[in-house]
Amino acid sequence: MKDSTLVVAGMATLAAGTYAFRLSGQLLRARITVPPRATRLLEAAAVILLAALVATTALTEGHGFSGFARPAGVLVGGVLAWRKAPFLVVVIAAAAVAAGLRLLGVR
Amino acid sequence: MLVDVGLTCLAVFFIGLSYGAVAAASGFPLWVPAAQSLLVLAGASEFLFIGIVAAGGSPIAAALAGMLVNARHLPYGLALPPGVTGRGWRRLLGTHLMNDESVVFGLAQPDLPGKRAAYWACGLGVLACWPGGAVLGALIGSVVHDTSAFGLDAMFPAVILALIVKDLRDARTRRAALAGAAVALAATPFLPAGLPVLLALAAVVLLVRSPAPEAAR
Repeated sequence: MKDSTLVVAGMATLAAGTYAFRLSGQLLRARITVPPRATRLLEAAAVILLAALVATTALTEGHGFSGFARPAGVLVGGVLAWRKAPFLVVVIAAAAVAAGLRLLGVR
Repeated sequence: MLVDVGLTCLAVFFIGLSYGAVAAASGFPLWVPAAQSLLVLAGASEFLFIGIVAAGGSPIAAALAGMLVNARHLPYGLALPPGVTGRGWRRLLGTHLMNDESVVFGLAQPDLPGKRAAYWACGLGVLACWPGGAVLGALIGSVVHDTSAFGLDAMFPAVILALIVKDLRDARTRRAALAGAAVALAATPFLPAGLPVLLALAAVVLLVRSPAPEAAR
């Protein structure tokens, strides 16, 4: 792991910032109304960040390509999730496909 | 209601298991997922934090990205009627219990006592199950040394994909998410780790420019 102090600082920042968001909405309740459009944009921004994380962790390793086994597993998991398979099935299928392909020599 | 809360908490426990296992497999010591699951208590942002730091990104950039994901708690606080999160010192804990699940259950009840009971039952359940799952998952994950042989590296993106798949059913969000993912992938060979994911936010303009669904109607 990287420098522990920096990781602790990052964790503390995230924890404090999240608590501040949780509290400020309640405190502001009497004074402002957030337009529904802004709420939807915030939600979409979160989905965009997470989708980018899916893409980069599935397809890349360092600055290059991760190989075929990992994205193939993620793809199978994604199709299962889209078809509303239970969470555990999605996750285990993704890992099993990646592991199975590697067993067959696909990297 | 209690059965639904129980099932939700069970699901949270399993996501916690995978979170802990992934964190351990990415080289984080047990205290990282343990402390984070307890003190942040917001799954998606913790996955994002772990993902960015494990890829070599700055923990501070990872924290800022995580806070952006957690900004949705502000409108949650606006939506909850006063008193649901508790009064006095209880409110300190009640505020920490605010998450996607507890807010949904709380808002679904017809009256204030019902809202408060559902919010607290779900919030406390998640407070027990998320860190519990994370610690158990980290213990399991730290035993496995060859993570790629078991496909554990494919688990992480699959978990996040499963978490956002319901949002991706909306065509506009899906387009923006795909565009953001493409931007991040294109930037990965050139930018320092962690930054490509943040750059994906540029795709938000796709949503700002096109009219909102009800404006189009």
